[in-house]
Amino acid sequence: MAWVNAIIQGVLTGGLYALFACGLSLMFGVMKVVNLAHGDLAVVAGYIAVGVIAVTHIPVLWSFIIVVPIMAVAGYVLQRTLIQGALDRSVLTTLMVTFGLSVVIENALLQFFTANSRGLGVGNAFITSSFSLGSQIQIAYLLVLIFAVAVVVLVGLQYFLSRSKYGRLIRAVADDKEAAQLSGVDYRHVFGVAAAIAFGTVALGGIAYGMYSQLAPTTGTDTILLFAFAAVVIGGLGSLWGTLLGGVVLGVAQQIGAQINISDEVLAGFIVFLAVLVIRPEGLTGRRARS
Amino acid sequence: MSLVTEATVRSEEKFRVTRSRRNVAWTGAGALIVVVVLALFPYIVYSGTTTIMVQAFIVLTMASMWNLLAGYAGLVSVGQQGFVGLGAYFVLILALHGASPFAALPVAAIGCGAAAFPLWWLVSRLRTGYFAIATWVMAATIMLIIERFSSIGGGTGLPLPGLAGFSATLLSAYTYWIGLAVTVVALTATYLLLRGRLGLVLTAVRDDEVAARSSGARVGLARMLVFIVAGIGCGAAGGLLAISQLQVQPSAVFSVQWTAEMAFAAIIGGLGTIEGPIVGTAVYMVLQQTLASYNAWYLIILGLVAMFVALFARRGLWGLVDEHLHVRLFPVGYWLHEPGAGRRRQRRRADGQPG
Amino acid sequence: MTSAGNGTQAGASKPLLEVRGLTVHHGQLRALDRVSLRVFPGEVYAIIGANGAGKSTLLRTIAGLHKPTEGVILLDGQDLTRVRPERRATRGIAMVPEGRRLFESLTVEENLQVGMTYARKGPWTIERVYELFGWMRERRAQRTAQLSGGEQQSVAIGRALVANPRVLLLDELSLGLAPVVVRRIYGMLPQILATGLTVLLVEQDVSQALRVASHLQCLLEGHTTLEGRPTDVTAEQVEAAYFGLGAPGPEVLGPEVPGLGPGPGGPGGYGGAGSPPVSRRGLGGIAPPEETGAPLWLG
Repeated sequence: MAWVNAIIQGVLTGGLYALFACGLSLMFGVMKVVNLAHGDLAVVAGYIAVGVIAVTHIPVLWSFIIVVPIMAVAGYVLQRTLIQGALDRSVLTTLMVTFGLSVVIENALLQFFTANSRGLGVGNAFITSSFSLGSQIQIAYLLVLIFAVAVVVLVGLQYFLSRSKYGRLIRAVADDKEAAQLSGVDYRHVFGVAAAIAFGTVALGGIAYGMYSQLAPTTGTDTILLFAFAAVVIGGLGSLWGTLLGGVVLGVAQQIGAQINISDEVLAGFIVFLAVLVIRPEGLTGRRARS
Repeated sequence: MSLVTEATVRSEEKFRVTRSRRNVAWTGAGALIVVVVLALFPYIVYSGTTTIMVQAFIVLTMASMWNLLAGYAGLVSVGQQGFVGLGAYFVLILALHGASPFAALPVAAIGCGAAAFPLWWLVSRLRTGYFAIATWVMAATIMLIIERFSSIGGGTGLPLPGLAGFSATLLSAYTYWIGLAVTVVALTATYLLLRGRLGLVLTAVRDDEVAARSSGARVGLARMLVFIVAGIGCGAAGGLLAISQLQVQPSAVFSVQWTAEMAFAAIIGGLGTIEGPIVGTAVYMVLQQTLASYNAWYLIILGLVAMFVALFARRGLWGLVDEHLHVRLFPVGYWLHEPGAGRRRQRRRADGQPG
Repeated sequence: MTSAGNGTQAGASKPLLEVRGLTVHHGQLRALDRVSLRVFPGEVYAIIGANGAGKSTLLRTIAGLHKPTEGVILLDGQDLTRVRPERRATRGIAMVPEGRRLFESLTVEENLQVGMTYARKGPWTIERVYELFGWMRERRAQRTAQLSGGEQQSVAIGRALVANPRVLLLDELSLGLAPVVVRRIYGMLPQILATGLTVLLVEQDVSQALRVASHLQCLLEGHTTLEGRPTDVTAEQVEAAYFGLGAPGPEVLGPEVPGLGPGPGGPGGYGGAGSPPVSRRGLGGIAPPEETGAPLWLG
């Protein structure tokens, strides 16, 4: 039964990982940018939420209403300025610039907020409690809520990409940005929109993580970035459902690892990631990449 | 297209291609003098200074490795801290079995080179962005695996044995000398590699990978070689780290901060030149020493400067010097002598400039 | 197929699209050297030339994908030279790029919808494109990656049409397509022109170009070697201009094009494709080859 509990925990955690991962996947799919500061942005969002809550006394669960739009706008601006500038130079430059950004963000957080981790105390007794199925299965309401939010976001994103005008433009620009220009599309603007979405979703993930666990300056890279990347690789690029699947597989692998040996939780996830990399690099749902 | 000018060949004379020989002799002599002077440091300066120098040696070695990877082979690795940690732990393990850490260091470096083979196999097929994060995950995985073994200290680490018999001054002198040796070997090896066939292949790949492959360049092999050399170099730096800190802790030796420091130093100094990492390390040390009391500030500033350089001054500080003074201390390029144009030389960019 | 020419005669009105002294470099290579042209409303202007002559570069520069080193591009008198490519589309230039360049993960209809996103007002709609290409309506939900070459070409043309441009740029329509398909596509031109469009096209298949063009220019290594109406040039003049052989310079219409002498010495090293088929029937008033000693071209 403990194993069933572990698997359920893993599946639900996978929702959180998918929330982290979809922005990374979007930015890579659309503009071929691997944003190494992706995880740190989630942490920044969490810290902003702490500040916003302190100032506006908004209930913690609703803090995302303010924080997500802020991060989305920041994403658009950062994309149009910094990342586009780096993209215009070369792919290597974007890696170096986003890595630099990651280090700067982390150390700035360290400098101004110390290394202590902090959480977003949810405060609502109902949410922080859990319910039981049988004697050995305990499921936190918060985790179920986060999973539900993740699914809603992914469904919404999928719908947006396949049905809306901007979704179409994003897909077109991802296919051939020069041809899109010929049809009057300013691809830099579309990149900005994609980045805004990526920043917004990862901000949501960061706030969720802050509620569920604790955020520290290094959480962005230690945890979020590497897990998000692992989820994308395991699930496969090009499909949001793949990202959810990847997150779930990662979560389950981690929980199973924890069952075997409590300190092997993270390692188990990475080993699955490396295995997928070796055996099926295009991921569980990915198509064989065309070169 | 890169070695031939626009104008059609008007005469029967051939193009001549020569290596830079003129200033290598001067640079070689100069470098030798510098090394000798540096070797005398423990006799001249306080051990506080030599300790700082050891830090500089560590960063310089790592920076030249990162420069090899990113500036020449086009591989942006954010996981070199994995080799740093491995190098430190190899030294620790050998020392735990009775070896002298100083003797263990070269062995540890070779060990890291051997470890680089399977790691390369794991990541070599990945494209640039994926490659970067995958190396990061690999480094994290290596750390997690090592932490499982309590015999080498588990999550908290161990002090480094085998150095108790030395007096403080002597220890610091030996550490300094081995640090100097590591750095000299690293720089010399980099220079020789890039002057040789490897450098030519890497430059050709950077200009046009498809053309390079079809001309017979073994691109994958060249990149793998660079990855392994970088593994050896970072491993040696890690061993040096262990010796200088007298202890090996996983969170310290596997910290991504090492990659940050080596990357920033290499970028600021100038990717794609051998002199670059030297300049970059100097900048790093100045910043670190002046801002030491302000904790994380030096990394923030270093990071911002590196980002600025990557965007606007792509060839780094040394590149700016090179552009205006046309100086190469460690030239690895070629001179193309056009026929019929008298003794006037036309320099073609066949000497490893990034993008 | 008669050569199209149902627009205003040259000289009777202002040019719709004008290019003056355009020089374009790819790095150190000079791809275009002081090329000029004037396209009048309703015309079909064809650019021909061998591989590497600079034809596609010319079109791409007009569309805004390359920055010229020198020269001016004018649309209806307005200077477009520094305008970004996506803004040129809204001003009235639409290009069907070489190799189709469809959005492969999108369906046929979605491709057209992207084309419509920043469209100008005009007669072309997605419905009208479906009418032009009869097969398209049924297949509109299919991903374009699954279409044949000819079908993709049609979708690419449709994508450009729905933007309601004033000038339609067609880059190497015939590339990779069977001759029968090419003919059918070019057969659509009259219907396209009837809605008030002007066409500037690049074509490697010289006979096809001569069949549809009201005006043509031949490029060789970035220079203009021939310019005029198909009815006014002979087959061997075209051949000479195409290959840069030492034929006597033809009469040139348009004073801004420099006088053409014999081309650069020696034929060596021209692009791959082999002799361009030129149909004798497509040209008016040429001397029979036996008189001039020129090789017989097979149409």
